[in-house]
Amino acid sequence: MNEHTFLEVNNVTKGYEGHLAIKNLNFAIPKGSIYGLLGPNGAGKTTLIRIINQITAADSGEVIFDGERLNPSHISRIGYLPEERGLYKKMKVLEQIIYFGRLKDLSKKESEKRALFWIDKFGLNDWKYKKVEELSKGMAQKVQFILTVLHEPELIILDEPFSGFDPVNTELIKKEIQLLRKNGATVIFSTHRMESVEEICDYVGMINLSQKVLEGSIVDVRNSFKKNEYEVLYRGDLGDLTYSPKSTNFEQRLSLNKSVFIIDPTESRALISELNKQVEIVSFSEELPSIKEIFIQKVEEGKNG
Amino acid sequence: MGKIGLITWREYITRVRKKSFLIMTILAPLLIALFYGIIIFLAVNDSIGQETDKILVYDESHLVEGKLFSDDRLEFSYTTDWEHRSNDSLSESVYSGRIYIPDTFGLYNTRGVVYESENSLSVETKERINNRIEKAVEDQKMVQLGVSESAMDSLKTHVSLKALTLSEEGEAKSSSTELNTVIGMGASFVIYFFIFLYGVQVMKGVIEEKTNRIVEVIVSSVKPFELMMGKVFGLAMVGLTQILIWIIFSGILMSVISFAVFGSQVGDIADAAQVGSLSAEQMAQFGMNDMIGNIISGFMSLNIPFIMTSFIVYFLGGYLMYSALFAAVGAAVDAETDTQQFMLPITLPLVFSIALSTSVVLRDPNGTLSFWLSIIPLTSPIVMMVRAPFLNLETQWWEVLLSVGLLIGSFCFTIWMAGKIYRTGILMYGKKATYKELFKWLFYKG
Repeated sequence: MNEHTFLEVNNVTKGYEGHLAIKNLNFAIPKGSIYGLLGPNGAGKTTLIRIINQITAADSGEVIFDGERLNPSHISRIGYLPEERGLYKKMKVLEQIIYFGRLKDLSKKESEKRALFWIDKFGLNDWKYKKVEELSKGMAQKVQFILTVLHEPELIILDEPFSGFDPVNTELIKKEIQLLRKNGATVIFSTHRMESVEEICDYVGMINLSQKVLEGSIVDVRNSFKKNEYEVLYRGDLGDLTYSPKSTNFEQRLSLNKSVFIIDPTESRALISELNKQVEIVSFSEELPSIKEIFIQKVEEGKNG
Repeated sequence: MGKIGLITWREYITRVRKKSFLIMTILAPLLIALFYGIIIFLAVNDSIGQETDKILVYDESHLVEGKLFSDDRLEFSYTTDWEHRSNDSLSESVYSGRIYIPDTFGLYNTRGVVYESENSLSVETKERINNRIEKAVEDQKMVQLGVSESAMDSLKTHVSLKALTLSEEGEAKSSSTELNTVIGMGASFVIYFFIFLYGVQVMKGVIEEKTNRIVEVIVSSVKPFELMMGKVFGLAMVGLTQILIWIIFSGILMSVISFAVFGSQVGDIADAAQVGSLSAEQMAQFGMNDMIGNIISGFMSLNIPFIMTSFIVYFLGGYLMYSALFAAVGAAVDAETDTQQFMLPITLPLVFSIALSTSVVLRDPNGTLSFWLSIIPLTSPIVMMVRAPFLNLETQWWEVLLSVGLLIGSFCFTIWMAGKIYRTGILMYGKKATYKELFKWLFYKG
């Protein structure tokens, strides 16, 4: 295995009564990366995450954690934010954070010190002696995030981390995730929200129908799916060109014409110089498919065949 | 163990700190005392809420006319106006019923007595009327046989049985059956209520964690088994705390009352009772009647350490066994409303044992049925507690050992079983498990 791989999933299969939740999965998650784990509902993401968290065991295959076969000593090195959030409603904020820290083998003192640090950082100082049930949803989400990272885990697994956050808090959490990565943590980020994947992930892995359908760095994945589409925004009339556009229309919003060409990348310069003679080019860009488009394409492929 | 301890602590502290715990701890004994107070009051003053039944008697034989005993329950009036008998409507009269005694009725032919009323007769009233008529006839037979009234009075006898328990050496210890009953029943009722109350609390806690989805976060830090055991232990501690508070309070209350009522005499009587030689003269000297003396000497003869130990053992054993089952039920369902189906097999043996305790076991604490019920683990925590004050440890020690041994064995088994169901169940959402599925979960690995 690669020395830069932090978590390796080898041939993992897990079945429940009558059906396979995941089948021969292989993933390699690079150290210090933010890894987007994608897949439609019911694809097997949660099962994989539960196996990594040792909540359930795989039927076959193995998981390698930082060079060792996954074992219970790794639990305190993992932080997990489940999709379905849950806190003890009747417990006070500070008390609850300390309790969960201690469940992750932190001493009472250390747990309290770190809890106060994070409470201060997230502006929850006025709420630390309040019961969780008195908190707004966004604040409760912050508390949940603190629980996940309090013990400074090397592997952080976030299942839909932004659900329930307003844009301001989403940015705050994004910044924290980046910061945690900078400090050496590896992050697995499971979501349906593709825009956020492109924005913060370095790598993606996609599961569909219990199997891996795609894996790689964001750039590689997008490049491998490109259809050689180039989009031009311009003022003026195209006239006669050697290259005929796939489509042309007027963008009302920008008050510009837009044409899409499908050409071999080696011809892009020729196209530009030809266009330059005819029209005033405002922008010329290669259209890479978004992760969302790739995702939908992959899911559709799965359905058809 | 460290994490079980931490979970136990959380379960304990969050519950004990609640206001409702304090309120229940204070209120529950008051409510129970009030409840039993009302029952005892009504039992003693059974005339309350009871109207006097006025009964009109048509005695054609004139045998019992004017001789039926009337009191505040039954009041007999007599008439000779049987002409109206069939015409009169009872609903317009003050009488609740009427008795017709035919002229063929005699000391040796008591057939043909008829009671008529608009409402059907209760068993109790029927019995009472029968007795009154029989008594009247018997009295007349006595007179006919030449027994004088003073001789009849002297026939009345009252015997108070003093129960002694013999040790193997033949040493007699006096025991009070009434006291044994009260202590045995009291202790088993406490166990019964605690298993129910705290078992259901364990179940609710599991369901709460499941519906709040906290369980997913926790089981990524601790094993499901540790979580379950922490919960079970935490609630056991809450229960013990509550009992401890009650023991301390009732201890204070008892000493205040006994000091106020009996003063320093109690000590003297107790000393005398311990020697086992409290004579009637001494009783009279202390100004006590038989009953109280019996109770005090019975109390002194009780094997208090044994009863206390068995209370703790059966309380914990029974609670651990049942609460593990309750935890499994909580794990198997999504919402509290779905618990019915799985609750029944758990509550049935509990209700069964408390019901039998008040009847069969108390009637014959050392009988075959009582023996088996106190050996079978599902019923033993309650039944054995009823029997405990009646047991003679020198000859019946093996029964206790067997029962405790089986209880420990079966709570290990139920905890293992519940742990398996719990582990699978807590992460199952959206569907209600069936018994078949629960059975399968027992054999899932990892």
